[in-house]
Amino acid sequence: MSGKKNGSGKILYPDQATIHITQLEKYYIVPEREAGLRAAVGSLFRRKHREIKAVDGISFDILPGEMVGFLGPNGAGKTTTLKMLSGLLYPTAGEAIVLGHVPSRREKTFLRQITLVMGQRNQLAWDIPALDSYELNRAIYQIPRGEFKRTVDELIELLDLQDIVRKPVRNLSLGERMKAEIAGSLLHRPQVLFLDEPTIGLDVTMQRRIRAFIAEYNRRFGASVLLTSHYMADVVALCRRVIVIHHGRILYDGGLSGLVEKFSAQKTIVLTLPDSNIDLTSYGAVRSKDAGRVTLQVPKSETSRITAQLLADLPISDLTVEDPPIEEVIEHVFAQGAEAAA
Amino acid sequence: MKAMLDFYFTQMKMAIQQQIQYRVANYFYMIGMIAEPVIYLVVWSTVARAQGGSVGGYTPGDFAAYYIVWTLVRNMNIVLTPYVWENYIQRGELSMELLRPLHPLHATLAYFSGWKFVMIAMWLPIAAILTIVFQPTLNPQLWSIAAFAVALWGGYLVRFMLLWLLGMITFWTTRVSAFFELYFTLELLFSGRLVPLSLMPQWVQQVAAFLPFQWAFGFTIELLLGKLTPAQALYGLGAQVFWTLLGLFFVNLFWRAALRRFSAVGA
Repeated sequence: MSGKKNGSGKILYPDQATIHITQLEKYYIVPEREAGLRAAVGSLFRRKHREIKAVDGISFDILPGEMVGFLGPNGAGKTTTLKMLSGLLYPTAGEAIVLGHVPSRREKTFLRQITLVMGQRNQLAWDIPALDSYELNRAIYQIPRGEFKRTVDELIELLDLQDIVRKPVRNLSLGERMKAEIAGSLLHRPQVLFLDEPTIGLDVTMQRRIRAFIAEYNRRFGASVLLTSHYMADVVALCRRVIVIHHGRILYDGGLSGLVEKFSAQKTIVLTLPDSNIDLTSYGAVRSKDAGRVTLQVPKSETSRITAQLLADLPISDLTVEDPPIEEVIEHVFAQGAEAAA
Repeated sequence: MKAMLDFYFTQMKMAIQQQIQYRVANYFYMIGMIAEPVIYLVVWSTVARAQGGSVGGYTPGDFAAYYIVWTLVRNMNIVLTPYVWENYIQRGELSMELLRPLHPLHATLAYFSGWKFVMIAMWLPIAAILTIVFQPTLNPQLWSIAAFAVALWGGYLVRFMLLWLLGMITFWTTRVSAFFELYFTLELLFSGRLVPLSLMPQWVQQVAAFLPFQWAFGFTIELLLGKLTPAQALYGLGAQVFWTLLGLFFVNLFWRAALRRFSAVGA
């Protein structure tokens, strides 16, 4: 049996991984025509189709208990991948195994062990309290009543849902609803969580709360988590490993720190000076100036030389060298991916 | 089996809770639905009186009974229409159902079953008013009341399976409403919905015998009206079982192919 390395360099085999995918592909055939009446009439006689490669031969493994950030711009193939892994979509080609099951077979034992939370989709009934929808989930997943009660109480406490679960869902704020949705998705204690933008549209406090909850769930139950989010704070807080996908292909699979190392050609130098009006453009690109605090961006390879020169030339009271913000690095990765694909 | 019963009971309970929230909408829906049989009733009663008191053995009192029972049967055979299927897929609701370790057919079947209890409770005062206004002639025997109670649910299952199959066309074409319009026309003609089947031309009755529509409509009504013998009642109940199982067979046959297709339509 052939093994392969994950981001931490560990050799993985399919039977050790919770999620194992090899050369997974999903292509869509979509009709295509120009705008206008003439094109509409023309399409009656000659229909044009185009093949869209939503996922184009990706491979990775995820270990039990591992939390992995799945990053990519809109249309990169993240959600399509999650849907294939949760059994909603049939792959065009390739192999996917989750918890020892082929997801597209949609076996009940498989569906009982996974959950897919989509930030923009509802699973709770709109007009009745979430507790009633939870009761339905108890019956669907055949959760013994004692265990169900314990889990509900636990989730209510962890997510601070005491008042929320007794109100009709339509009366909840977005953040409250999302918390109630997440609790509903975890009642059957899934071993694999596919989280697609679970914090979308939420305020910072609520995002933090949901992050802390996901981390706690992972710690308590050893569940594997594959998380997509446009909020890098989610990924930084939860995932040591990230997989970056663009145009259906994997650009990077490894540690979050390695991503910065690999893709950022820049470093950030933050200086504190008595006078921030000094011209520093000869040292690097000035990114901001604020009350004696100046942020410079310099080429990574030049960092030591420029730092030494700054300290020698200027009356600096404080100097720090930092990696650029992760959002910038990701933006840079996506831009590189787009160029490579163009 | 116990787990499935638990699910059906819970889902039906939830449907009742939800539909009670929509009580006003449900009432208006029902009032709109009752306009249809009342028009048929007024027209056929007038024709019966003009022809000396009856048409094909139906007196105005028989017509009143037919169309008042019609309103109950119609409420009982409300199912997920193909119109809703379009939204069901496009809005991603089916995706959420498919993530559960249970065929979505069970969830819908149980949900609509629960809804019936709300509709029946709301129907009772309307039936009372229609009875006072139109004076139906209805003297059912005990056995036909019992058979009617079973046939009401049998008719629901027949129509449920037929429209579920029709709705599954949505996996292949995004606009299934046109098919439903065709279905509706056939149902109107061959089910006893428009007029008792015995008043239709002979050829319509002969064709209807090979189609499923009357088992979800006219058969159930005629059962309570005492128009059928016990043997005919048994045959009709058997036909309901046959058409339900045939529908289920085709749902199972096409379901996997439909889900493969689902990938391409959207989730």
